[in-house]
Amino acid sequence: MKILVAIKQVPDTATQVKISGDPKAIETSGITWIISPYDEFAVEEALRIKEKRGQGDVVAVSLGPDRVKEALRSALAMGADRAVHVNDPALAGADTLLTARALAAVVKQESPALVICGRQAIDDDMGAVGAQLAELLGWPCASWIMEETVDADAKTVRVGRQVEGGLEVFDLPLPAVLSAQKGLNEPRYPTLKGIMGAKKKEIKDVKAADLALGDAAPQLTVTTLEALPPRPPGRIIQGEVKDAVKELVRALREDAKVI
Amino acid sequence: MAAMDFALTEQQQWIRKEVAALARSFPPEYWLERDRTATYPWEFVRAFGQAGWLGMIVPEAYGGSGLGVTEAALMLHEICAAGAGTTGCSPVHFYCFPPMPVIKHGAEALKQKYLPRVASGEIVMSFGVTEPNAGTDTSRIQTFARRDGDRFVVNGRKVWNTNARQATHILLLARTEPRDAHPGKPFRGMTLFFTEFDRARITVQEIEKLGRAAVDSNEIFIDGLEVPAENVVGEVGQGFYHLLDSLNPERVFTGIEAVGIGRAALARAVDYARERVVFDRPIGKNQAIAHPLAAAWARLEAAEMMCLKAAWLFDQGQPCGAESNAAKFLAAEAGFEACDAALQTHGGYGYAKEFHVERLWREVRLYKIAPVSQQMVLNHLSEHVLGLPRSY
Repeated sequence: MKILVAIKQVPDTATQVKISGDPKAIETSGITWIISPYDEFAVEEALRIKEKRGQGDVVAVSLGPDRVKEALRSALAMGADRAVHVNDPALAGADTLLTARALAAVVKQESPALVICGRQAIDDDMGAVGAQLAELLGWPCASWIMEETVDADAKTVRVGRQVEGGLEVFDLPLPAVLSAQKGLNEPRYPTLKGIMGAKKKEIKDVKAADLALGDAAPQLTVTTLEALPPRPPGRIIQGEVKDAVKELVRALREDAKVI
Repeated sequence: MAAMDFALTEQQQWIRKEVAALARSFPPEYWLERDRTATYPWEFVRAFGQAGWLGMIVPEAYGGSGLGVTEAALMLHEICAAGAGTTGCSPVHFYCFPPMPVIKHGAEALKQKYLPRVASGEIVMSFGVTEPNAGTDTSRIQTFARRDGDRFVVNGRKVWNTNARQATHILLLARTEPRDAHPGKPFRGMTLFFTEFDRARITVQEIEKLGRAAVDSNEIFIDGLEVPAENVVGEVGQGFYHLLDSLNPERVFTGIEAVGIGRAALARAVDYARERVVFDRPIGKNQAIAHPLAAAWARLEAAEMMCLKAAWLFDQGQPCGAESNAAKFLAAEAGFEACDAALQTHGGYGYAKEFHVERLWREVRLYKIAPVSQQMVLNHLSEHVLGLPRSY
């Protein structure tokens, strides 16, 4: 069974994001890049499906500049068999739909039985690519899954989604697209042998032309990025406790309007 | 020709990154708890074993990864820089230098029997060289292995035997001939053994100490320990010389561990100096706070570079005694100064356990004493590098 995992390289969660001189982008110098954590769940789940079945092929795919190879190599070090890197300056400003179109073209070339991605990337939090990819392929899609079981014949997959107050369980015919929610699994750390073996695995470079994308213009363009307004300073209420409590209650009720 | 290349290879950078990620998944509170309850960090050691890190220097043919002292040094640095201190790195570094004489000088059968189990982490090592009556004067050790047919029978005692409470195996140095058997050659006549830690024949007595309560140091009493002759590492009578292949890496590793601990403390101090506001401004604005931290950073950088140079020389098969000793000396000073500056930066809170710096400060102090004291390093450099007459 072939499984394709779509991953995105994002700034590390500890990054202090700054807007760059160009107000449409963030300052990328000094950023540590990681695989988006939800996508790591996707890689882990694909590896577990392969291990459980005793055979299979896990292909990691990502879109982006040269630095993205590092994320793909991390997926290879975790255990993915090979990787596809869609690396083309023409796709530098890709929106979610264009990204999904590029991924759909890769999926058509690879013909996997299952595609897994994270529920959203933790940088722009759009959460659209998985569903758009399924739509473009005409495949069923289950998002934010907490558990999955592929049947023995690899014809269907049963998934569980967390919903208010419980778990929603349903079956999808394969091929399908799934997106991973936190709690699906605990991603493994790459082993030393995995790291050493990763450099021997193939990362295939793909250009927009190889994917026959035609018009590669994004439909969604970033106009501007604005920093959050600085948090207003806190207020310390002085005076006797008896009076201060009264003032606090008044301020919470009338100024902040929270009680 | 491309000389003077300070860049790490891509693989080395990656090793650093992944070790850091795994080590940092164990928060400071984990280490505080190990220290407080004096409990061995099994979870940590097993996590490193499962991910294959313990087999780093074991050749691939014996189930390891066949990497060098440089890579192992980078790993130990990241473990320490993650805040694990010597509590975290000691159990791991026992997979990095005690197996070295077996790898370099061991007979094929010995290597096949033990190295795969070292690489997997199944074997827990202890290192038995130092003795109460010999100290650094290794040729005067008294533990004696008497040949008896196809085996040796060992009697004696060792001190500062780390890990002995957990150990399954021990790398043991013993005399097989008296010290005066080869006039003028006191280091001959010692033999190295890699053998099972037979608790029926070895009694372990733990030593309470300043830091690293979780990882035991002990005095051990060996009474009639039987060691099969095939467990001799290398040649009978040449054990001390085989051991040298452990001792230089050990200096590099302990040196870079001290650097890592210094970096962990420095990072905490910098955060604290930035956030702690006294007299309406962060204390980091005061140069009396900032300069010791900046100086600590510079010293750590220099010490790390010396450690990596010594590691590189070892991996190139070149002599590295002077460099390994100098690296350990500089790193022990730099690590301690960084922890001390970090503790001072924290003021009263530096003395409090929950700020984690006091633990690092206690632990890093070890490196001025072990594996060899700063003074003995200077003796070595005076005599062997500067050519000055020996004073003792």
